[in-house]
Amino acid sequence: MKLSVRDVMRCVGCQSCMFACSRRSGNAGLSNTCIGVKSTGGISRGYSVIVCRSCENPPCAAVCPTGALVAKEGGGVRLNSAKCIGCGLCKDACVIEAVFWNEEQNKPVICVQCGYCVDYCPYEVLELKKDKKGVAHDAE
Amino acid sequence: MMLNDSLSKVLYIDLTKKKFETKDRRDLFEKYLGGTGVATELLLEECPEGIDPFHPDAPIIFAVGPLTGVFPLASKTTAMFKSPHTGDLGESHAGGRSAIAIRMAGYGAIVIKGASELPLYLSIHDGKVQFKNATTLWGMKDGSIPARVMRQKEKGDGLRAIFRIGTAGENLVTYSNVTTETYRHFGRLGLGAVFGSKKLKGMVISGKKAIEVNDKKAYRVLYDHIYKAATESPVMKKYHDVGTAINIKALNFVKALPVKNLQFSSSESIEMVTGESIAQHHLARRVACAHCPVACIHLAFLREPYDDDPYFYKTSPVCYDFELIYSLGTMVGIDDPTNLLKLIDIVEQVGVDAMSMGVILAWMTEMYDRKKITIEDLDGIDIKWGDADAYIELVKRIVKPSTSFLKACARGVDYAANQYGGKEFAMQFGKNEMAGYHTGPAGYLGFLLGARHSHLDNGGYSIDQKDLVKIDLTPSQVVDKLLEEEAIRQILSSVAVCFFARGIYDLKLVSDAVKLLGFDFSDEQLLEMGKKIHLNKYKFKMREGFRFEKLDIPERIYETNDPTGKITKKFITEGINYAKSLID
Repeated sequence: MKLSVRDVMRCVGCQSCMFACSRRSGNAGLSNTCIGVKSTGGISRGYSVIVCRSCENPPCAAVCPTGALVAKEGGGVRLNSAKCIGCGLCKDACVIEAVFWNEEQNKPVICVQCGYCVDYCPYEVLELKKDKKGVAHDAE
Repeated sequence: MMLNDSLSKVLYIDLTKKKFETKDRRDLFEKYLGGTGVATELLLEECPEGIDPFHPDAPIIFAVGPLTGVFPLASKTTAMFKSPHTGDLGESHAGGRSAIAIRMAGYGAIVIKGASELPLYLSIHDGKVQFKNATTLWGMKDGSIPARVMRQKEKGDGLRAIFRIGTAGENLVTYSNVTTETYRHFGRLGLGAVFGSKKLKGMVISGKKAIEVNDKKAYRVLYDHIYKAATESPVMKKYHDVGTAINIKALNFVKALPVKNLQFSSSESIEMVTGESIAQHHLARRVACAHCPVACIHLAFLREPYDDDPYFYKTSPVCYDFELIYSLGTMVGIDDPTNLLKLIDIVEQVGVDAMSMGVILAWMTEMYDRKKITIEDLDGIDIKWGDADAYIELVKRIVKPSTSFLKACARGVDYAANQYGGKEFAMQFGKNEMAGYHTGPAGYLGFLLGARHSHLDNGGYSIDQKDLVKIDLTPSQVVDKLLEEEAIRQILSSVAVCFFARGIYDLKLVSDAVKLLGFDFSDEQLLEMGKKIHLNKYKFKMREGFRFEKLDIPERIYETNDPTGKITKKFITEGINYAKSLID
């Protein structure tokens, strides 16, 4: 399954998806979110919705010096938190800034493509697509 | 409350010494939850009795609540200060990202005191406060430009709130706003002027904390219940679709909509400025406050051609709702949507309260009509009902007053009418300019008795529409209902829930929700707490000179038809006297 942005123009900036993502850990707040909603230069111009595109050859894993981030078959990465030293190279390597950071734990937060956020988007901005080879993804 | 919840941290900032410190005020949060309850206590602690609202020692307090960042719709920040507009309680609520950003930055409240000698803005990230030089941002005529600069200079995009004032606040217009996220406002009662008096241009704050709950499973279940209600319940639908502007047509139909300074309570020419019509022809985008799926903020796009160059346009996003269409539309006789949006746009740019400004412009127009003021008083601007271009010029001149009459208008309609006459049609209640509800006596008693003199203190207009149009209630019955509602609303604003969500968050739900954050209050205990907070506010009001017997009531309300036919001097006076006997 792959998380995808279906229509970013429908986004109202409520950030319910961000809170949902962080809530997966059981707590409230935003420390553990790995989805980002921000204005594109002022609210009236609309929003950017940043989700992990689960690259097939992920740059974030390629720069990880400790092997904490491992590329998954079919795209995306898996984080082995025990190996992570919090250097932040993965964060810098992601050109769309989809590697988020848990400031309290000093570790990256990596999207596992669970789609929990999709259920909390009331405007159908997000969707979870079935992942089969050859399926086109248009995630932003 | 939970041991490690950063809600109890209060950030104290001193603008004179450019210093800050954080104190744990668990004592206040455990007693009053947060928001309005805690802010009222901080105001009583920090504001010296009888102080000039513009004195450096007069504090600005912001407070958020336990549910902020935890449940949807808990997105409001309460601001408290001594009002330069009324001289007593200053309280204002705003959404945007303000509450989420303060809570996620790790604070439950912020207290700002002192005054800087040079313009500053505050930059608050990672537990530190930086005092940044705002000299170059001071005096910019469009308040959105300093916000844009802060947006470009500061970190935390997507997670931050940007507060700022316009030229009105800089020039101490007593009904200036603080604007957050371009379209949300700490409106009414002049927080912007208190910022201006401290040379405080703005504030940027961001953070990304976790908030621990004591039962993760129960948290998810309750979250889903509230989220479902927020997205599917009919009580939220009116805010979601056409928005509050839907009330323009409805109030006009029942003759409760103030028109031309409430000389009339309906108009035959409002068709193009109804919520439905503006939505159909001008609505461009709907946006939301952080952590609220409702998206009630309606933005229209105003397209204006430049006179000197064909095919060259200025396109401005303009936020509108019921109160703006009333105050800057029907109240001043504007029934053309483009003209309405133009007037709203300038009011946004200078950063004043839209309701106050509309009421003042309406009063000025009637004063000029009745030849009680001259064109010289108006600095050469000839005004007539509905003339948006003249009103736009007047807004600019009130903010930078060139005549003593305009200077008086920069202090509100009550002040101006005391100097120049026309009190009988100066539409203020407790010195605060009226909201757009000529619904009946409960609405007016609501304005008069509400601790902030706001229609949102107790929703009196709703008692008119639900009860008084059908049945008779005595003035004391009306006041009892107002006070009960105001007590309930103290709890909503203490947990920082938007009043638009009052149909979802009853006291039982609040009790269940705060339990997950370690607060143990039954719904009955919450109601008692709400009453106590309300009395605390009155304690501050009385301390600063508020007296029921000093309330001036413009005669106009008795003269213009209303849907109940029950607005009489006797009813209003009896209501005030009864409230006095309970509160004094």
